[in-house]
Amino acid sequence: MHLKNLRLLNFKNYEDVYIEFTSKINCIVGENGSGKTNMLDAMHYLSLTKSAINSIDIQNIRHESIFFTIKGTFNKSGRDHEIFCSLEKGKKKVFRQDNTEYEKLSEHIGQFPAVLIAPGDNEIIRDGNDIRRKYFDTILAQIDHQYLLDLMDYNHNLRQRNSLLKFFRDNLSADPDLIEPYNHNLLDLGQKIHQKRKNFADRYFPVFEEKYAFIAENKEKTTISYVSQFDEIDYENTLKTTLSHDIEAQRTSFGIHNDKWELMINGRRLKNFGSQGQQKTFVIALKLAQYDIIKEEKGFAPLLLLDDIFDKLDDRRIHKLMGMVAADYFSQIFITDTRPERTKSILSSLSLEGNIVAINDGKIIK
Amino acid sequence: MEYPSQHIEEAVNEISKLPGIGKKTALRLVLHLLKQPNAETRSLAQALIRMRDETKFCKVCHNISDREICRICSSPRRDNTIVCVIEDTRDVMAIENTGQYLGLYHVLGGVISPIEGIGPDNLNISSLLKRINASDSNVKELILALNPTMEGDTTSFFITKKISRSGLKVTSLARGVPVGGELEYADEITLGRSITARIHYQPN
Ligand SMILES: Nc1ncnc2c1ncn2[C@@H]1O[C@H](COP(=O)(O)OP(=O)(O)OP(=O)(O)O)[C@@H](O)[C@H]1O
Ligand SMILES: [Mg+2]
Ligand SMILES: [Zn+2]
Repeated sequence: MHLKNLRLLNFKNYEDVYIEFTSKINCIVGENGSGKTNMLDAMHYLSLTKSAINSIDIQNIRHESIFFTIKGTFNKSGRDHEIFCSLEKGKKKVFRQDNTEYEKLSEHIGQFPAVLIAPGDNEIIRDGNDIRRKYFDTILAQIDHQYLLDLMDYNHNLRQRNSLLKFFRDNLSADPDLIEPYNHNLLDLGQKIHQKRKNFADRYFPVFEEKYAFIAENKEKTTISYVSQFDEIDYENTLKTTLSHDIEAQRTSFGIHNDKWELMINGRRLKNFGSQGQQKTFVIALKLAQYDIIKEEKGFAPLLLLDDIFDKLDDRRIHKLMGMVAADYFSQIFITDTRPERTKSILSSLSLEGNIVAINDGKIIK
Repeated sequence: MEYPSQHIEEAVNEISKLPGIGKKTALRLVLHLLKQPNAETRSLAQALIRMRDETKFCKVCHNISDREICRICSSPRRDNTIVCVIEDTRDVMAIENTGQYLGLYHVLGGVISPIEGIGPDNLNISSLLKRINASDSNVKELILALNPTMEGDTTSFFITKKISRSGLKVTSLARGVPVGGELEYADEITLGRSITARIHYQPN
């Protein structure tokens, strides 16, 4: 799949631009603050119906404007599809495919997939378990719609159960018959989600390790493990024993909302013992593995958006990475860089050709 | 908004408290009433007051009723061995409209939802249990016909846990593809349920 063109109106620092892209390598170059990341973010928007950077939708409207519009033509399996997205202050976001408006935005997600690798991804390593769970949940949701529905139900049931715990504590009484339906849902949905996460982990980890080993030329050994309270054989009984503790704490201590994805390098926690370059390599390998799985699942290649990917990587790793993504396996690629010469020399050393889009202060200069 | 009269403003404010009615619609209704003969408004107001003052809830099934015990509960033609549990009066009306059901009802008045502060004690659950567990009860079957939401399912689950009487048959509504609908237009959840809960083939 590839994006043929993009039209931005009042999106972040772009007033009105129209750009055409090649179906292979596109380099977006410009100084700090010129709008490179914003352009990738517009593509992310068209793919996932939201910004990767700013979750407050109206802040993506250009200052002093009242609306933004993003329009793009995707070519998927030889057919063109026009995706239109518009947001006006105080109104509902509008999303259309080929002039037909979606009833629910979630129907669009997964149809024109994109994988973004950006400096902010570091949070997957640095931050708490919930960020990592969210990261893997987003991938799973893109390839399995039922997973998304089950997860939404699970979270709803968890909120109900937690409210009930509070009710029990306030009333100094706990009817075991009343907690039971919530325990039942927690186990039933939790078990389904756990199984899907496990299957996904088994499929994803070898792909990840292969990507990492390729870029790092086997210099360090990385592992990810998926850990859940559902791994225990006797998990159904655990839930029965936690009620009084849960009432006291007013939270549910057992469930897949406590699952962990542990990232390790040479047997130690990556967060504490990985160098910046190793952490960056780790994130890139995570995303490339995600790319592989989405491609396999959808039967076509997603867009690959690489934001500031060269920073912090040594030259060997940059060459390894670029050599890999330039292969036919990958489809269209967008790379941002503040230094056009660097991008050009990397491309020419690999005998690759790239379409250079030079921007300055929200305008296309070449 | 500036209103030419304080009375108009009061009426608009009251009407716009109703669900689904905004200030604009309320104003349109008020202006409409003003155009009609005085008697029309009077009889509307009286109907509302009477409705509010006189409406009772059946002592047995909690459905809206003009009497202590509603028409359905007191009818000798209804089968008192079956009780259908529903959320509110609208569900009774929907099932009555089918003309296919001759048993009795029990209106819960909602479903259990701790987030909204609704527990079993806020619903007509204990009266249901008393009704079916009573020693002189004729009830042989309980139909759980709550809406297929997570809260509806939780409430059904809770009720079944609380039924101490043995031998009571507990059923729920069959869920499936709409009659006369084409398979490709059924949503996947409905179709999935219909496939797993398929029934023995019967030629019409
Ligand atoms: N809603 C908005 N209206 C106007 N300008 C905005 C808006 N949102 C962000 N900007 C501006 O867009 C500019 C470009 O941001 P962007 O992150 O795309 O730069 P960049 O080219 O990626 O820079 P860097 O090389 O530093 O990563 C920033 O100066 C930012 O303040
Ligand atoms: Mg940037
Ligand atoms: Zn009655």
